Amino acid sequence: MRNRLGRACIVTVGLMVAAISAGGQSRPYRAPRTADGKPDFNGIWQALNEAHWDLEAHAAAPSPVLELGAAHAAAGGLSLIDGGTIPYTPAALKKKQENYANRLTLDPEIKCYLPGVPRANYMPYPFQIMQGPKYIMMIYTFAGAVRTIYMDEHKEAPADSWMGWSNGHWEGETLVVDTAGFNDQSWFDRAGNFHSDALHVVERYTAASPGHLLYEATIEDPNVFTRPWKISMPLYRRMEKNAQLMEFRCVEFVEELIYGHLRKKPGQ
Amino acid sequence: MNHRILVLASALIGWSAIPLAGQARPKPYTAPRTPDGQPDLQGFWTNATYTPLERPKNVGKEFYTLEEAREIMKKAAVDEAEQTEPGTIPDVHYDFTQFGLDRSQGAMALNLRTSLIVDPPEGRLPPLSADGARRAAERTAARKSRGGPHDAVQNEPLGSRCILMDRNGPPMLGGAYNNTYQIMQAPGYVMILVEMLHDARIIPLDGRPQLPSNVRQWTGSSRGRWDGQTLVIETTNLTDKFAFMGASENMRLTERFTRLDEETLRYQFTVEDPSTWTRPWSAEVPWKKDKGPIFEHACHEGNYGLYNTLAGARAEEKRAAEEAAKKKPQK
Repeated sequence: MRNRLGRACIVTVGLMVAAISAGGQSRPYRAPRTADGKPDFNGIWQALNEAHWDLEAHAAAPSPVLELGAAHAAAGGLSLIDGGTIPYTPAALKKKQENYANRLTLDPEIKCYLPGVPRANYMPYPFQIMQGPKYIMMIYTFAGAVRTIYMDEHKEAPADSWMGWSNGHWEGETLVVDTAGFNDQSWFDRAGNFHSDALHVVERYTAASPGHLLYEATIEDPNVFTRPWKISMPLYRRMEKNAQLMEFRCVEFVEELIYGHLRKKPGQ
Repeated sequence: MNHRILVLASALIGWSAIPLAGQARPKPYTAPRTPDGQPDLQGFWTNATYTPLERPKNVGKEFYTLEEAREIMKKAAVDEAEQTEPGTIPDVHYDFTQFGLDRSQGAMALNLRTSLIVDPPEGRLPPLSADGARRAAERTAARKSRGGPHDAVQNEPLGSRCILMDRNGPPMLGGAYNNTYQIMQAPGYVMILVEMLHDARIIPLDGRPQLPSNVRQWTGSSRGRWDGQTLVIETTNLTDKFAFMGASENMRLTERFTRLDEETLRYQFTVEDPSTWTRPWSAEVPWKKDKGPIFEHACHEGNYGLYNTLAGARAEEKRAAEEAAKKKPQK
C-alpha cells in the first residue's frame, strides 16, 4: 500500500518534471509580422505592477498628502530588479533618501514634467506603439510624452532631453532600443530613485504572447550606480475593442501649484 | 547676417522650381501606397507660411501673380531674419531667428493665395451669428473681470502656458517657429506628430464612433477615413477653453490631406459651428516636404518665460507701491 502510494507520487512528480521541461523546450512565441517582416508590436500597452510607486520591494505607505487619504496611498509591491535592489554609490543612496523625504516637492511627475525612460513604460497609464520600418513611435498618455526610435538613422543625441535619444535594432524576435542623451531631471519612480545625465538605458522588447510583451531595461550610470542593473516586467496589451489613448494635458492641472504664489494679491 | 541673406536668396531660387498648388499639371499625381494599400503621406512636412488666415483688407484678389508672391515671401523672410541690436530693450525677447529656427531659415511651400481662407470667397471669416456675438461679448467681459493679463497664470495665453498653440490646433496652422509635422501610418491608424509641444495626434481609421459627447478634450475626438486619395479627419468633442477663432465647443472640424506631388501635401479644413458663425468656412494651405528629425520640445518643463513674466509683474507692482509710498506727503 505504502509502496503503491510512493510509486504514484514518483509517477506524479515525474509527469510534472516532464511537463515543465517540455514547456522549457517548446519553441518561443513568434509574433505576427509587419509588412516588412518584423515582429508586429503595434498596439496599446500598459504595465500592471506597483513599480510606479517604487522599483524596489516596498510595503504599502500612506499618501504624503493628508487629504488624499487611502486614494493616493502607495500600494505595496515586490522588486522588479535583478538582485532586488538598486546598486547606488553611498553618496547617491543618501540623495535618493533625501528625494524620498522631499518627494512632494521634488518628484517631476507632480509637476507634469516628461517622465523619462524607463519610467514612462510603467506609469499606471497606457501607451501606444506605432511601428514603421524607419521609425517606431512610443506615445504615452502621461504628459503626452513621445519617443521616436530611429531604426536606420542611428546617431548620437544632438542635445540632452527628458525622453533621451533612442536608436533601435532588431535581434530576432526582440526590439533592442539604446537610449542616451538624457538630462538629469527625471526620476525612475515616486520613491525618489534617480539618475544623472550620464544615464544610458538599453531596453529589450520581446513578444511573449498575443497579449503581452516581455520588457527588460538595463540601466547604467557610473555617476550614480556602482554597476549596471536590470529590471524586467511584462507589458500587457489593452484588449478593449475601443481602447484609445485619452488626452492627459496635465500642464493645466499643475499651474496653480507651480505659479499660484505669483498671483496678484488683491488690492495691489 | 550676410550669411543669412545668402541662405534666403538660395531658398528663393529654390522656390521657383516648386510646382504651384492650383496650377494645371501635365499629368495627375498618384501618391505611392503603403503596404496595406493606403495613399502614403508619411514623412516630415512643414506648414510654415507667410500667408495670413484672412485676406488683408487692401487686397482685392484671390491670387497673387508669381512675381508678387515671390516678392512678398522675400520681404517677409528678410524682415523676419532682421536682428535686434544686442543690449537694447527690443533685444530682450525670445529670439526665434537664433533659437527657434524661424520661417526664413526652413522649407516653405510657395502659395499664390492671398489668404488661407478660401470660402467665403472674400477670404475672410464669415460674420458672427447672434449667438456667436453674444458669446464673444461674454468672453471679453469675463476676461476683464479676471484682471490684467499678468495677474495670474490662468490669464496668460494658452501658448505661453505650453497648453496648446495654433500649430497644434486642431486645425493645425503655421506660426513663427516649430512648424514641422511627422506623419506615420500603421494598419488602422494615422499618427501626426506635431513638433510644437511634442503633441502626437493618433487618429483611428476603423470607423469607430466619436467619444461620448460628455467627454470633452482640448483637441477633441478625431476619427479618420480615406476618400480616394484624400485622408479625411473629423473632429468633435472640443471644449470652449480652446475656442479656435472664437468657436464654441460645438465646433465640428473636417480636415483633408491630399498629396499633390512628392514635395507637397494639400491641407484643407472646414469649420462648422452655427452657434458662432452664420455659415461654415474653409481654408487651405500647402505643406512642403521637410527634413527631420523632430527634436523634443519640452515647452512646459523649460517655461522660465512664464515664471519670469509673472514674477516680473509682481516685482513691478512692489516697486510702484514703494514709490507711491515715498511720494506721499508727510504730515
